[in-house]
Amino acid sequence: MTRSSNLLRIVVLAGALMLAASSAAAADMAELVKALATGSFSDREAAITALAATGDSRVATVLQALEAGELYARKSDSSVFIGRKEGTDIALTDPLTGSTAGTAPSGELDRIKVNNRLRRAIEAAMGSLTLMNPDPSLRHAAAEAVFKSRDPQAVAALDQAIAAETDAGVKSILEQARAAALLGSDAPEDQKLAAVAVIAARGDRDALQLLQSVHSKSTGALQSATLAGLRSIESNLAAWQAGQNIWYGLSLGSVLLLAAIGLAITFGVMGVINMAHGEMVMLGAYTTFMVQEVIRNSAPGLFDYSLFIALPLAFLVAGAVGLLVERGIIRWLYGRPLETLLATWGLSLVLQQSIRSIFGPTNREVGSPSWMSGAFEAGHLTITYNRLWIILFALMVFALLSFILRRTRFGLHLRAVTQNRAMAGAMGIRTPWINALTFALGSGIAGIAGVALSQIDNVSPNIGQSYIIDSFMVVVFGGVGNLWGTLVGAFSLGIVNKLLEPYAGAVLGKILVLVFIILFIQKRPRGLFALKGRAVEA
Amino acid sequence: MIASFLLGGLDRRAWIFPALLLALGILLPLLNLAIPQSNPLHVSTYVISLAGKYLCCALLALAVDLVWGYCGILSLGHGAFFALGGYVMGMHLMRQIGSRSVYGNSELPDFMVFLNWPELPWYWYGFDKFWFAAPMILIVPGTLALLVGWFAFRSRVTGVYLSIITQAMTFALMLAFFRNDMGFGGNNGMTDFKDILGFNIQAGGTRGVLLFASALALALGFVIASAVVNSRLGKVLIAVRDAESRARFLGYRVEHYKLFVFVLSACMAGIAGALYVPQVGIINPGEFAPANSIEVVIWVAVGGRGTLIGPVVGAFLVNFGKTYLTGAIPEVWLFALGGLFIAVTLFLPKGIVGLVASLPRPRRRTAPAAVIAPTAIEPRPAE
Repeated sequence: MTRSSNLLRIVVLAGALMLAASSAAAADMAELVKALATGSFSDREAAITALAATGDSRVATVLQALEAGELYARKSDSSVFIGRKEGTDIALTDPLTGSTAGTAPSGELDRIKVNNRLRRAIEAAMGSLTLMNPDPSLRHAAAEAVFKSRDPQAVAALDQAIAAETDAGVKSILEQARAAALLGSDAPEDQKLAAVAVIAARGDRDALQLLQSVHSKSTGALQSATLAGLRSIESNLAAWQAGQNIWYGLSLGSVLLLAAIGLAITFGVMGVINMAHGEMVMLGAYTTFMVQEVIRNSAPGLFDYSLFIALPLAFLVAGAVGLLVERGIIRWLYGRPLETLLATWGLSLVLQQSIRSIFGPTNREVGSPSWMSGAFEAGHLTITYNRLWIILFALMVFALLSFILRRTRFGLHLRAVTQNRAMAGAMGIRTPWINALTFALGSGIAGIAGVALSQIDNVSPNIGQSYIIDSFMVVVFGGVGNLWGTLVGAFSLGIVNKLLEPYAGAVLGKILVLVFIILFIQKRPRGLFALKGRAVEA
Repeated sequence: MIASFLLGGLDRRAWIFPALLLALGILLPLLNLAIPQSNPLHVSTYVISLAGKYLCCALLALAVDLVWGYCGILSLGHGAFFALGGYVMGMHLMRQIGSRSVYGNSELPDFMVFLNWPELPWYWYGFDKFWFAAPMILIVPGTLALLVGWFAFRSRVTGVYLSIITQAMTFALMLAFFRNDMGFGGNNGMTDFKDILGFNIQAGGTRGVLLFASALALALGFVIASAVVNSRLGKVLIAVRDAESRARFLGYRVEHYKLFVFVLSACMAGIAGALYVPQVGIINPGEFAPANSIEVVIWVAVGGRGTLIGPVVGAFLVNFGKTYLTGAIPEVWLFALGGLFIAVTLFLPKGIVGLVASLPRPRRRTAPAAVIAPTAIEPRPAE
């Protein structure tokens, strides 16, 4: 997509530069363009190659239209036009001069069909056409196209382009493309061996594929060289794969961090396991859904900002529910953690069923704003923007929470209550209010975790349930002494989980992690970062 | 000696309940089989299978009460022991199908044929024999409880940490049993059983016997549990529940007591599962779901924990409510269950039995009934 629109730009540029074209050449061009519509596929492939060989700037327009299926042949005189649909008619333009040629009903025209072989030929032709373009990113794309086409006839064009190339990055791709072209040609063996080395150094999946095909056809020294090349590419790819898995692990870890951090606070301060924590996440996700619904119906222009509106709302909704729950249920159960666990479990059932009754049991659609969709490549890593944002967001929430705990008066009181409730009360801290606010804070954070999760998971009444056990594991593993425990716990569990997955499978990996945690708490029953001191032992 | 231990632990009144259970276990099948359908005294087969299920649930609840009500260990993973017992029974019943299976393979269960297993995996050996499968019903859940309990109690994992760990255990088992490669039927579990000990599993007579067996198991479980809690051992358990550190400082090996009661309870849960499976005709990994285990806890809480009759009452009441509500107004059931969790913990900490016991009882000269409230509940039992 982007490449073809970029190509259009070049063509305009190049067309402006080279206004003069001889009339004899123009006649040839017209013949060649006509040949695109007639004969067998291999005839047409020859026409494409011939067109490319003219080096004419207008060729790109024609080939592009051909690839996009916008090139038509008129049935009456078999002349060729670029056509765009306008209702039932087709607006025609002359492919070479670019002047309009009226409209014609679609019945009078034949669309010129392309098959994959032609498409490859077009790609290769377009590649060599743009190899000399002034824009380095276009040259880069063109060199990649030639590399993939492995067209032996491109060697000469590539040599020329390499000599002229100034950008080191593009030059290396050009050299790889040349090597690929050489391997497809009948060049002498020593050149091919050098080419194998160049390809092996590239080290990605395309290179692997290329070498595999060369390996199967080659003999002797070339065969062993390709084999060595394959080995090195494979180990290179394995390393990148591990990197990719670590990235996935970081992503999972950030989700776990978001889900678990509120749990860790409430558990740390109040000794209360909130089984309804997952439902607070669910409330956040459904708040996002509601916000997006309102925006869709009344102010579609705001859609890209929907998450910024949803974040404070989700915090408030989940926090308010948390406050109500603390005042209504949990404060009657202090000192009885097991009963609290049961009561909050009951609450989670009620909340889940309410959402199910209101919104239905099926998944609701939550869209991603434009700045969160898409992906980019870093080396051989594919990084999607939504995951990247969620990692950053999780870290921001972590930083904000650390700030609140370390630098504000509420945080000071909260830490005092965590360390020694009775003493804190004796010093005049109103511990019941600290409890209520802590619970509201923990629930509110679960709510904003729900906003983040709505971007990567299905928003259904069960969204909280799927994270709750993992969140518990993070808390148990990390300990409740301080927030760093949750951070380390979340990211290490996420990464270990994802690193185990390729070897053990998703389910077995998860089981292994659970077993590991059960064994881990043998050594450290209170987690990695445990609170020290007598006050902890209830 | 064991007999005297069992008998000595019970006073005379405590025999009423098991006797009642056994009478019920005989009477219900008789009313189903011997009395014609037209007679108003006739008990339908549906009621028989329901009663059998409830009895198994009650045994499971009793098992949870033994660890939670008497020893303060809130296990959120007892469903795992129940399901393991069920799977052992399921494996035996699968092997009993023999060549009557869909694929007609006398060696391999259907799902293994379907998944192209070449032969029976080693851990399925012996399950075609009842004499091998029967002890496994105790050994498999018991071993798991021994391992988990040994690890957990040794390092003094208590309170909510232990609850979370047991929940993780049953969650991990659920994930594992969902895998087809495990060789336990994966997603679908095991079903389509034909017969048990040579009797058709669908026949009315077999159902009646299974109901009686469930009643017998519950009665035995009740007798064993009350023998345990009324013995010296039981006193130590209650001490552990109420003040674990103090019990340890007094020289009791707390972890040994906990481990004993945990394993005993797991075995009871296993038996309950094994009797449950032939009566419902299916076992699948859904039984391992953490939600199931927590539901059992609420049966106990509703009935009254720290009493032996409480969990039985609770299991019957809640399950009856579930059967009724999921049939009549399904969307209300989760509201009701959730509300029950909240209401019981807030307003009925001692459960229904505790409520009944606290009602004023004029004109009663004898001591309060031991059956109903063998031990008083302390204000802060589980810490």
